[in-house]
Amino acid sequence: MRGKYVIAGVGHTKYGSLPGRSTHSLHAEAVRNALYDANICKSDVDALLVKGPTSAPELLYGQRLAESLGISPRVGGVWDQGGAANASLIGYAAMAIEHGQCEIAVVTFADNPKTGDRSVYSRARGEGALFGWGGVPAGYAMVARRHMSELGTRPEHLGAVVVNSRRNAAANSNAQLRNKPITLDEYLARDYLVSPLRRDDCALVSDGAASVVVMSARRARELKVQRPVPILGFGQGQTSLDIAQRPRLTSTMASSSAATAFAMAGLKPADIDVAQLYDCFSIVVLMTLEDYGFCKPGQSGRFVEDGALEVGGRLPINTAGGLLAETGMPGMQLIIEGVRQMRGDAVTQVPNAKTCVISNQGGVMHTHSTLILGN
Amino acid sequence: MQADSAGPESEHVAAYHALRDGKLTYQRCRDCAHCWLPERTECPGCLGNRIDRLDACGAAKLVSWVVYHHAFVPAFADSIPYTVGLIELREGPRLISNIVGVDDPEQLRIDQELSLQVTRRRSVDVPLFTPSTARDGRYK
Repeated sequence: MRGKYVIAGVGHTKYGSLPGRSTHSLHAEAVRNALYDANICKSDVDALLVKGPTSAPELLYGQRLAESLGISPRVGGVWDQGGAANASLIGYAAMAIEHGQCEIAVVTFADNPKTGDRSVYSRARGEGALFGWGGVPAGYAMVARRHMSELGTRPEHLGAVVVNSRRNAAANSNAQLRNKPITLDEYLARDYLVSPLRRDDCALVSDGAASVVVMSARRARELKVQRPVPILGFGQGQTSLDIAQRPRLTSTMASSSAATAFAMAGLKPADIDVAQLYDCFSIVVLMTLEDYGFCKPGQSGRFVEDGALEVGGRLPINTAGGLLAETGMPGMQLIIEGVRQMRGDAVTQVPNAKTCVISNQGGVMHTHSTLILGN
Repeated sequence: MQADSAGPESEHVAAYHALRDGKLTYQRCRDCAHCWLPERTECPGCLGNRIDRLDACGAAKLVSWVVYHHAFVPAFADSIPYTVGLIELREGPRLISNIVGVDDPEQLRIDQELSLQVTRRRSVDVPLFTPSTARDGRYK
């Protein structure tokens, strides 16, 4: 499979507040841009794989969207894995094409929680209502506390992730926090939202859509696609839904997801030039560095010190700002930035980058998906 | 994460946390001896359905905790700052609850010993936990 399938085109909307736009409207804009980028016709598309809007689940959403887009896909529907779904769907697209189920797949995501309804994000968790246990950040804070107390991770290490994303977003004119760089001292001076996390540790809430086109490398040559980016590997893994049921809080099935993807790609962490790591909360980046094998368990704090995450550092990550600073969109922006890095036209470009690993995850580190791109 | 929100009906709570006569209970599989919470009708270990319900001894340890400084749950706005812990019973099952009787929750420690304290709150019996060292004056 390695390199046999490509991301042929990418497209997205503006990110941030997009009042009055339905998710179908946002999808249409992003898909139009992705088809234009790939330089193919909508009539060539025979698979429509959708990550449903997180804030407003809807029955048969994938089919409703296909109708709005005027596509009658051979393969289509919504895949429910929370924030892991976009990367997973790209893997499914490759597998479906491999087995003759379709030829050209659009993978797409849209949501409008910023100007629409986002109550789903603050709802108490089941019986948790009795204990005031609600809000997505609290689940991640519970994991972060254990990581800090057990392994010696410090607020400065969470802060290093935040500072890096905000600096990279400052160079990205499409980023929601393009005017909000932050220093480590400023970060440390912020109040807790739900300790040990501060508001700056948390993903943005954003409206927007993003789409990619997947096809075989051979088909891309036939269609004269200008800048196809090869998919080298992908993998998935899932740990418990409820964090109380997780035997260990400090590691997840991200490790097996990455192992599957690295094995397919024939690469190891040391071969990776740039990474786009799902950063809905700063702690996730630290744990992903460990689970992916970029450092040993418990060593991620030390790993991110001293500018290691900047371009020129040990492992440049989240070069467009990620969920913390570009847009809170769950994952597709990271895939698109990975494509830009492999094409060599990212704003904060890692010179001569040949490999990029991308992580997507959902729930409270429940679902995980890994994608490795090349050039 | 569970997306559905359940109201604090006492019957439902009693079933979920298996509170019985003021005691916290848990389930154990007769076939494979796996122990768990919350309540299920089949054992998540072996999928068997021969299940016993046992009283927890009340000893537990703190796996992790958070301190709320924002009213994510509006009903708890007046309680801020309050502490939610992930607790492991001595018998193995884990659950979420409040850690009470602590002056400065930032000074709690992972793996520290906790004691069950079933408390009537807002007309519902809830299983709360407090540091076991409370009696020696270290925690109030």
